[in-house]
Amino acid sequence: MKRLAMPLLALILLLLPLVLPNMYYYDLVIRMTINAVIVLGLNLLIGFAGQISLGHAGFFGIGAYASAVLPTHFGWHPVAALLAGAVATALLAALVAKPIFRLHGHYLAMATLGLGIIIAIVIRNETGYTGGPDGMAVPPLAIFGHEISGEREWYWVFAANLLLSVWFCRNLMDSPFGRALRALHGSEVAAQVVGVDLARYKMAIFVFSAFFASIMGSLTAHYVGFITPNVADFFHSIELVTMVVVGGMASVFGSVVGAVLLTALPQALAAFDGWETVAFGAILMLFMIFLPRGLVPTLAARFGRGE
Amino acid sequence: MALLEVKGLSKAFGGVLAVQDVGFAVEAGLVYSVIGPNGAGKTTLFNLITGIYQPTGGEISLDGCSIVGQPPHRLAGMGVARTFQNLQICMNMSARENVMVGAHLSLDRNLVKAMIRWPTLRRSDNALSDRAGELMCYVGLDSYLASPASAMPYGALKRLEIARALAARPKLLFLDEPAAGLNPKETAEIDALIRRIADQGVTVVLVEHDMKMVMNISDRILVLDYGKKLAEGSAAEVRANPAVVAAYLGAHHA
Amino acid sequence: MSAQFLQLLFSGITVGATYALAALGFTLIYNASNVINFAQGEFIMLGGMLTVFFIHTGLPMPLAVALAIVLPAGVGILIEKLAIQPAKGAEVVALIIITIGASLLIRGLAQVFFGKGSFGLEPFSSHAPIDIGGAVLLPQSLWVLAVTALVVVMLWLFFSRTVMGKAIRATSCNPLAAQLVGIDVHWVLLLSYALSAALGAIGGILLTPLTMTSYDVGIMLGLKGFVAAVVGGLGSGLGAVLGGLLVGIIEAMSAGYLSSAYKDAVPFVLIFIILFFLPRGLMGAKATERV
Repeated sequence: MKRLAMPLLALILLLLPLVLPNMYYYDLVIRMTINAVIVLGLNLLIGFAGQISLGHAGFFGIGAYASAVLPTHFGWHPVAALLAGAVATALLAALVAKPIFRLHGHYLAMATLGLGIIIAIVIRNETGYTGGPDGMAVPPLAIFGHEISGEREWYWVFAANLLLSVWFCRNLMDSPFGRALRALHGSEVAAQVVGVDLARYKMAIFVFSAFFASIMGSLTAHYVGFITPNVADFFHSIELVTMVVVGGMASVFGSVVGAVLLTALPQALAAFDGWETVAFGAILMLFMIFLPRGLVPTLAARFGRGE
Repeated sequence: MALLEVKGLSKAFGGVLAVQDVGFAVEAGLVYSVIGPNGAGKTTLFNLITGIYQPTGGEISLDGCSIVGQPPHRLAGMGVARTFQNLQICMNMSARENVMVGAHLSLDRNLVKAMIRWPTLRRSDNALSDRAGELMCYVGLDSYLASPASAMPYGALKRLEIARALAARPKLLFLDEPAAGLNPKETAEIDALIRRIADQGVTVVLVEHDMKMVMNISDRILVLDYGKKLAEGSAAEVRANPAVVAAYLGAHHA
Repeated sequence: MSAQFLQLLFSGITVGATYALAALGFTLIYNASNVINFAQGEFIMLGGMLTVFFIHTGLPMPLAVALAIVLPAGVGILIEKLAIQPAKGAEVVALIIITIGASLLIRGLAQVFFGKGSFGLEPFSSHAPIDIGGAVLLPQSLWVLAVTALVVVMLWLFFSRTVMGKAIRATSCNPLAAQLVGIDVHWVLLLSYALSAALGAIGGILLTPLTMTSYDVGIMLGLKGFVAAVVGGLGSGLGAVLGGLLVGIIEAMSAGYLSSAYKDAVPFVLIFIILFFLPRGLMGAKATERV
């Protein structure tokens, strides 16, 4: 099962274009792959390391707006803007995380939540650069003179990106670094006495996860072509956490499954204004109470040896 | 020079003096036991030496260098390993991974290399997996090589902690009640295991309740009572010490 | 003292009082069960929205207010019973996620039933502002301060003088020992959630005539209440009150003197400063973790 999962995912991504009837579905699948990659990064933090971030949309937002603002107002090359956004996000995450990882879980939850809100407020208020609540257009992404455009082209970019990210995450978790992370989740004291510098590892994975989110923010901004401050909103952060919870904590393929299901859900609920929030709330509670390990690990445990 | 030297060590929790002016020295290669009635401060002493708690006063030196104030992860790098009285096992990992994490500091912990499956990193990790298997066999966990930690019984988890500590190739190993909660047969096996570990040149410091075991395997014994040092010496000396007898039987019996 | 400064101080203390109530709510639940209830802000929202709703249906003000306090308290009990209790022993992250889920659920239902509009309430008494040193003090602000002070005093009496209050304090010190001396620990938890929800609701009712309310005010108010609790030192009742007032005043001052657009960011910047330099808050106790 474990060996087959990667090729299976590759096969699905390869064959999907044959069955996607129109651009609406292309777009939906692209959004699923985008969310899957962010959720992978977030799951490293929440599921594997046992830490939490309620401000990941903020990091996503920094990436998105770096890719919109820097090329538009300062003439930067989009690739430079993407990297600058990711590095700035990583630095910010490191600066904020440093004092917090010496404290307990509640503080991290609130601090990341607060950070996300501050980022959203800045984006909303710096109207001169960001267009404020109305949002702004994002210039296209050109690599080696080729401008990526249209759902079909972007599909391959994001599909490859997802496959690569899954591979990265699986390798990471099956390495000394990943083991140390899982160990500090299992028992902080045990991890400490075998030589794991707790604060350093928590910080490393938090920064890494934020970096991931920022890059995805940049790519998404280029793909969509127009962004509003909503991308950095609290609710978006919660959507991402819900995907981790539903798919499965500490499960690489759970992240993908969670992203796919919960990206589709709002489409299904679109007709019922307001019920979307209710649904997300109910899902979060029900899963944490009745299926705390999430779908994929629970199913894997039921049908023989899984992850 | 002694491997571990403790002088005037004290620890207060609020107004309670859990450890009070304790001093002793452990020579390399010995099995050194710390005994005493419940609440005598044995585990606190371990927590102080291994950096989990900060002492209120006193001096601790390893190989002649002061280690007071060093966090546990630094001490691990200096060759200190330990187990816990109340198990500290990572239940989210397999038994073998628990042992592998013990060797954390000897590995290439680079994040980027890990992500791209860097060949040398993979090779050393695979080698470690084999060594973890050997260690598990060494402590008698042959039948749990492929188990998740959460599926193992209490006695096996106690051994798993020892295997994890050994994976770090420590020079000084602290075992906090390795036989607590085990039946006589298991206790005898742990007894033999500790002897084997010591014979390999690892200095063992032990907290234990099982007197038979302590008297059997200890080269030297430190007796604590109410956080203070009551006596120190060989098994025979300690057994003959009237203060120790009084502490164990209750002063009014003596 | 300039009139502007005085004016900002008045509005800061007024908002700060509601933050203090929210912070007390956090503190109560945190002490009783070591859980940070992320749904605390929704009780503030419910208090205001339900009062508006009941007055619209024609109920007299006192009855509307009473219902708007009792119903959220019931919701608090439901959260404890249906969500926190079944997840007993779960790790911190899981409990945080559960209370966030509860918060979304309440907010979503409020949106569905009350709509997305903003609602106001008539002030409890006269509209006529009082002039103090050139600054204007609304009578509603006096209501907010007086009721908050009353609630704080009553809470203090409850915890120091009654058996029930002492039982709650005993449980937060050591649940097992409390159980052994015959305290029904589960009942104490339910009571803490109910009290904490009622406190939030009272804050919401008091604030609505001044600031309006809508289905989504809960997050921000709740977060600021949490910031207040952390500033005061998580777990300390007195700290929660001081923290609330401090956060309110600092927020009002920076809105007046620095930038009103960034007013909402101020409490969060404050929390980072506190966590950097004073991680235990103003009144927080020092604790050694035992292994």
